[in-house]
Amino acid sequence: MIRVLGVVTMVVACVVFAGFLGLAVWQISGAPAPVNLPGLLAENLEASGVEHPVTAVLLNFRSYDTLLEIGVLVIAGIAGISMARTTSLEDPDLRTSDSLLYALQRWFVPLMLLLAGYLLWAGSDRPGGAFQAGAVLAASGVMMRLGGIPMDFLRPGMLLRLGLALGFTVFLLVAVASALAGEAFLAYPEGFAKPLILAIETVLTFSIAMVLLALFVSAPVNRAQEPEEGERG
Amino acid sequence: MIEWLLDGLLVLALLITAVAVLASRNLFRAVVMFIAFGLLMALAWVRLQAPDIALAEAAIGAGLSGVLLLDAARHLGYNRGGPPK
Repeated sequence: MIRVLGVVTMVVACVVFAGFLGLAVWQISGAPAPVNLPGLLAENLEASGVEHPVTAVLLNFRSYDTLLEIGVLVIAGIAGISMARTTSLEDPDLRTSDSLLYALQRWFVPLMLLLAGYLLWAGSDRPGGAFQAGAVLAASGVMMRLGGIPMDFLRPGMLLRLGLALGFTVFLLVAVASALAGEAFLAYPEGFAKPLILAIETVLTFSIAMVLLALFVSAPVNRAQEPEEGERG
Repeated sequence: MIEWLLDGLLVLALLITAVAVLASRNLFRAVVMFIAFGLLMALAWVRLQAPDIALAEAAIGAGLSGVLLLDAARHLGYNRGGPPK
């Protein structure tokens, strides 16, 4: 009875929410946009150094947002690592004996690495970019981790710290350098926009992958509570 | 006509999976439904002509969040409310 009541409440809440959403969409579609953003973007796309409008916005026109985003990600990664028990980062007996996963991994990991590289490069003129590439890179790392391939760089130490901070640091350095050179904060110098964006995207990809992977790897392993891990699989 | 049908089915499936995530007593099932929701959401973004967001949603929203949630669900025990078995 209570369950039915709960479902009914949920459905009513959803309908009311959908109603308000519909109303909002109706009102927005009625009012004319104050600034013609797509037009503005198309006019300035030449100056941005990349051909894809989304990448141009993310890495050039509103790169401040992206800088803060990678900052948030790095902080999340540090928090995740500090919550971890260090033993879980070097867990030799996590190696699986699942032959299906092993076979799959031999095919998938190289393909996923290739896909990550492609997504990174594709970001300049079609959908793709650092975040997607980083996520794919992290996913291949997760797969390697599940297959028990040792990844020494994920142990707490110099390499992990460097990897986590690399993207944010390079981004910030470029921003500060352009500010010191007399232009605005985060304004790329004329003619250097594309190489700089590409460099930033590359280090961002590595850092994003590192953060996501570190979050996954540093999840605690409570062996005491569940002695038979494969049982529930 | 066929596009409206496709979009309608997509919205319906999104609502069903979303309710299934919230209403499921079993955490494992909830996470699987969440992953399905993420993939359907990626399709919805494609239909809205936002392939960038679709890529990010599929990779981060469905893929990595799904893995992290599965991990968390295993540590919590799969049954919501009760003590872990």
